[in-house]
Amino acid sequence: MVNEWLTTFADRWTDIVDSSLQHITLSLIALFWAILIAVPLGILLTRYRKLAGLVMGIVSVLQTIPSLALLGFLIPVFGIGSVPAILAMVAYALLPILRNTYTGILDVDAPLLEAGRGMGMTRSQQLRMVELPLARPMIFAGIRTATVMTIGVATLASFIGAGGLGDLILRGISMVDTGVILAGAIPAAVLAILFDLLLAWVDRMVTPKGLRIRKEVN
Amino acid sequence: MKRTAVEFRNVTKSYGDKVVIDNLNLSIPQGHIVVLVGPSGCGKTTTMKMINRLIEPTSGEVFVFNQDVRKPDRAELRRRIGYVIQQIGLFPHMTIAENISLVPRLTNGKKGHDLTKIDQLLELVGLDAASYRDRYPAELSGGQQQRVGVARALMANPPIILMDEPFSALDPITREQLQDELIRLNEELHKTIVFVTHDMDEALKIADTIIIMGGGRVIQQGSPDHILRHPANEFVRGFLGEKRLSSHRSHTVADVMLPNPVKMSRYKGLAEAVQTMQRKRVTSILVADQDGRYRGIADTSDIYKRFHEESMTLGDVMRTNVPTLLPEMPLSEAISQVQNAPFGHVPVVNAEGKLVGLMTRASLVDLLAKPYLEEAMASGE
Ligand SMILES: Nc1ncnc2c1ncn2[C@@H]1O[C@H](COP(=O)(O)OP(=O)(O)OP(=O)(O)O)[C@@H](O)[C@H]1O
Ligand SMILES: [Mg+2]
Repeated sequence: MVNEWLTTFADRWTDIVDSSLQHITLSLIALFWAILIAVPLGILLTRYRKLAGLVMGIVSVLQTIPSLALLGFLIPVFGIGSVPAILAMVAYALLPILRNTYTGILDVDAPLLEAGRGMGMTRSQQLRMVELPLARPMIFAGIRTATVMTIGVATLASFIGAGGLGDLILRGISMVDTGVILAGAIPAAVLAILFDLLLAWVDRMVTPKGLRIRKEVN
Repeated sequence: MKRTAVEFRNVTKSYGDKVVIDNLNLSIPQGHIVVLVGPSGCGKTTTMKMINRLIEPTSGEVFVFNQDVRKPDRAELRRRIGYVIQQIGLFPHMTIAENISLVPRLTNGKKGHDLTKIDQLLELVGLDAASYRDRYPAELSGGQQQRVGVARALMANPPIILMDEPFSALDPITREQLQDELIRLNEELHKTIVFVTHDMDEALKIADTIIIMGGGRVIQQGSPDHILRHPANEFVRGFLGEKRLSSHRSHTVADVMLPNPVKMSRYKGLAEAVQTMQRKRVTSILVADQDGRYRGIADTSDIYKRFHEESMTLGDVMRTNVPTLLPEMPLSEAISQVQNAPFGHVPVVNAEGKLVGLMTRASLVDLLAKPYLEEAMASGE
């Protein structure tokens, strides 16, 4: 049986590569927009904390809609194709990034902000020089979670014709061919793991030495 | 005439109905270490933060070098005033050099600071520049971190530095060291340092001027010596504590006299008197009645002159015209009398005429030596 699967893999190799690239592209576009929306929004919410509960609530509700249902809601408005697929993926990726940005910034030690303010930092200097650098590991962790989730959700994008590794899975299901299903599922899982590892590595590379020392001490 | 660095005019601060600072008028002279001291919650931090506008007064005005603090831009004002806090507040993701150069970088961007200045400041606060410049705060001890905190406050060369309990989180030995160094440093730099503490010992040690606060008001302002000598009221007295006061209070005769001098009845014979004096190894003897009433004083020479007359008693040979001292007399007035007394001995007699002690020149010497003796005893514990 394993041999059969391996032949399926070999036969469909170009298909797998194409679908994987499509999958990655979709995911990256969705992540790009999610970060672009969630990070500034998270920062904004720390300045208008009264709104935080409301906004965070809305974003959490998005998260609870089952992904297939969400895709279904989007079709009447945006039709089928990659646009509604990416919209759905963005919706799911928002929460972890938003929440981590918000808490990451609020977690910055109050005395540090007070020292900064007392020395004459403007609001934007405080954000740029203190809050963002110190919240960065937390924000990064949110992005990692969002990435893994997005790569998973991207598999469902095929249902509305956006392509990606989901195509192989759907085809496998209709052909009742486990080999084809795996040809889609395994690369999707591998992609999720690879991206997670890659981001973990980047995180380590960009963490300032001063913060790494603190981690060791604690 | 000293310039005024900071001035509060009719400043009130309230949170809702709660008045935290109550019509404060205060003038802080330039170039001194001025310590705000008072019990917890009396408004020291609030007062200090109104100088760099971390807190805005509800009413009244604050001036820095005769300029209303609301005139310059807030960030601008703060960059001209050094700021050191108890929690130190070094940025953990920046190196020591980056932390120290923060204020000039705020004004001039990344390259806007002088690298040699950083090294000079590190050395000034007692850290080896080469080995600390590129380290991170987490690699330093609390004491070293606060040294960097002080260096950071000095970087932009501000004439005024605010310090809110900067040393109170440090262990006692490190705290003492940093206090010593702050004093030394300011003898060199002549900054106006506004220093908040609730530790009276710290205030007495480092202050040129102490401002004692209580309940949102200034209770007393003056040099440590002035405050110790003339505490304004019970509040200050209580805050200083009896122990500190007694070591500075003006002494009276009673504090230093010998309380149980050798004394005898005036009916005793001379031979007996001589024997007692030999036994007790004294050169004069006080004469008093059984009920303690003072009669006179007799010296060795008075007794020996008449010794051969066997019927003589002490009452016959004693001097009665020797001046005496009251026990509550201030020592400063008593000193000259002791110096001029015939044998350097002056009886201390209270208002009821009872003998209560004897002042000698030796008592004065003891007084001078007392603080040193106490110190020696304390360190020997
Ligand atoms: N934001 C605030 N809202 C309400 N009350 C406040 C606020 N900030 C300070 N207070 C009150 O103002 C008073 C003075 O506070 P402040 O911090 O100036 O005291 P402090 O003298 O520095 O005391 P400590 O020695 O404990 O630091 C306190 O009673 C405090 O509870
Ligand atoms: Mg305080």
